[in-house]
Amino acid sequence: MKILVCISHVPDTTSKINFTDDNTKFDTNGVQFIINPNDEFGLTRSMWFKEKQGAHVTVVNVGGTETEPTLRKALAIGADAAIRVNTPAIDGFSVAKQLAKVVQDGGYDLIIAGRESLDYNGGMVPGMIAGLTNSNFVNNCISLEVDGNTAKVTREIDGGKETVSADLPLIIGGQKGIVEESDLRIPNMRGIMMARQKPLTVLDPINIAPETASVKFEKPAAKGAVKLVSPDNLDELISLLHNEAKVI
Amino acid sequence: MSVLVYIESEQGRFKKTALEVASYGKAIADQLGTTVTAITINAMETSELETYGVSKVLKVNNDSLDAFNAKIYASIIQQAAEKEGTKVVVVSSSVNSKYLAPLLSINLNAGYATNVLEAPVSTSPFIVKRTAFTNKAYEMFQINTDVKILGVSKNSFGIKENKTTASIEDFTPSIPESGIHIESVDKASNKVTIADADIVVSAGRGLKGPENWGMIEDLADVLGAATACSKPVSDLGWRPHSEHVGQTGKPVASNLYIAIGISGAIQHLAGINSSKVKVVINTDQEAPFFKAADYGVVGDAFVVVPQLIEKLKAFKAHQ
Ligand SMILES: Cc1cc2nc3c(=O)[nH]c(=O)nc-3n(C[C@H](O)[C@H](O)[C@H](O)COP(=O)(O)OP(=O)(O)OC[C@H]3O[C@@H](n4cnc5c(N)ncnc54)[C@H](O)[C@@H]3O)c2cc1C
Repeated sequence: MKILVCISHVPDTTSKINFTDDNTKFDTNGVQFIINPNDEFGLTRSMWFKEKQGAHVTVVNVGGTETEPTLRKALAIGADAAIRVNTPAIDGFSVAKQLAKVVQDGGYDLIIAGRESLDYNGGMVPGMIAGLTNSNFVNNCISLEVDGNTAKVTREIDGGKETVSADLPLIIGGQKGIVEESDLRIPNMRGIMMARQKPLTVLDPINIAPETASVKFEKPAAKGAVKLVSPDNLDELISLLHNEAKVI
Repeated sequence: MSVLVYIESEQGRFKKTALEVASYGKAIADQLGTTVTAITINAMETSELETYGVSKVLKVNNDSLDAFNAKIYASIIQQAAEKEGTKVVVVSSSVNSKYLAPLLSINLNAGYATNVLEAPVSTSPFIVKRTAFTNKAYEMFQINTDVKILGVSKNSFGIKENKTTASIEDFTPSIPESGIHIESVDKASNKVTIADADIVVSAGRGLKGPENWGMIEDLADVLGAATACSKPVSDLGWRPHSEHVGQTGKPVASNLYIAIGISGAIQHLAGINSSKVKVVINTDQEAPFFKAADYGVVGDAFVVVPQLIEKLKAFKAHQ
């Protein structure tokens, strides 16, 4: 089985979010970048397929040279090969088109992406790849098994879960649950050394006219101070929620 | 030319977010000088849509469509959009809408914006305001394609009345092969879901152990609320993963979010910040949640919550 794991390179979850160039660009100054958590769950699951079912795992990112440490980290965790499509990730639509090309050229059986990336929260890349390559697609995946040419996938739905089966090739939008938090792997020294020897192929992008664009950013207005209510006066809390906030 | 709104239903009844989607569609239709067409799939009664500005309903009824299927539903909406010559399709931010919309986007070659907060800032160029960086920022997002898809953030635009009369048309789209076969569905039928709830009662590690969740469920019952939890609580197995909210869990955009024994870590807050009103109950007045909350009680949950339940019961009895 050939697996492709799509890796988004995103600011660490504790990052302060600021903008530069008249609020048109994300300010990367002092920001630590990580493997998008939703993608890391999928990457970890792919390690299981590698170890138990002999899968070959390639990771891919669409981005500039600055994303290579993130790909190297994925290699150190255990992926066999990495691909970087050499173009800035300007929007979900164009990233999906670049990735669809990689998927088509590489003949992958299983493509695991994250439900959404924690920076722009677009939540569209996995579905768009499926649409572009006409493959089966399951989003919000919280469990994934593959037997021969068929996958059994559980997806989270409002108020519960649904288990489906689908033939490969299959695109997955993954999230926590596909593996548990405790299954996540921290690269060890040996992994880091080996990662240096593994192939990281840089591909030229295909030409795409941008169809969507980030024009400007704003930060939410500062919040007013909290109103404290004494634990001995909970009637006041109820009254505030009823009369002032009008939410009960 | 009309704006097409996808009206989600569950067992034949509209979901609440669907009415927000209709209201939003009406606002765009007014901006563009056109009308709103709704597409419904196996909805029983559609007249309610006339209260929210819908002028035409394309009604699809087909027993084979009872279970949601993203590819098939996306194809049906595509056929409706093409039939209507639609330039803007509006969907919700539900799990199912977010599943089908990227497929629809490819079908229609339409730029797609998720988590949209308001009616477009401008229609030429077409720019919408959306949340990004998990609620830590807003993004002005421009769509250049001829057809556009907008996913409206829950509880942002609101449900707005606009009386209309709607023509109703039975619509029989072709149904494609799907490739996805449902094996089983596991769903609590009588519980309020986090996605649909107006009020969410959420608890964290401050509750000490799973045996103490009875009062959290009681509080949720009195308020008709859904229950949620912080990430460590689900990691520890005290509560099911489906209750985990925050940056890596479910997003919450309720009217009222009550956080009990939750410190308010940045990853937690990011996911719940679009709730309108936030209440924190915590023993530690230095807990970061107090900076994010509207109302706060510095106190022990084991004392405060049982009292709050009693007082709310009394309050409800007088309503
Ligand atoms: C990549 C990443 C992603 C993450 N994603 C999420 C996420 O999606 N959601 C999430 O929730 N977390 C997330 N976290 C974890 C987050 O950083 C915090 O660790 C977590 O939110 C803390 O949970 P808590 O508030 O329940 O526990 P704690 O931080 O331990 O807080 C417990 C609180 O309870 C209070 N307390 C104790 N006893 C009582 C009492 N008797 N009465 C009242 N209050 C009491 C304490 O004062 C304290 O403030 C993520 C972390 C990382 C690194």
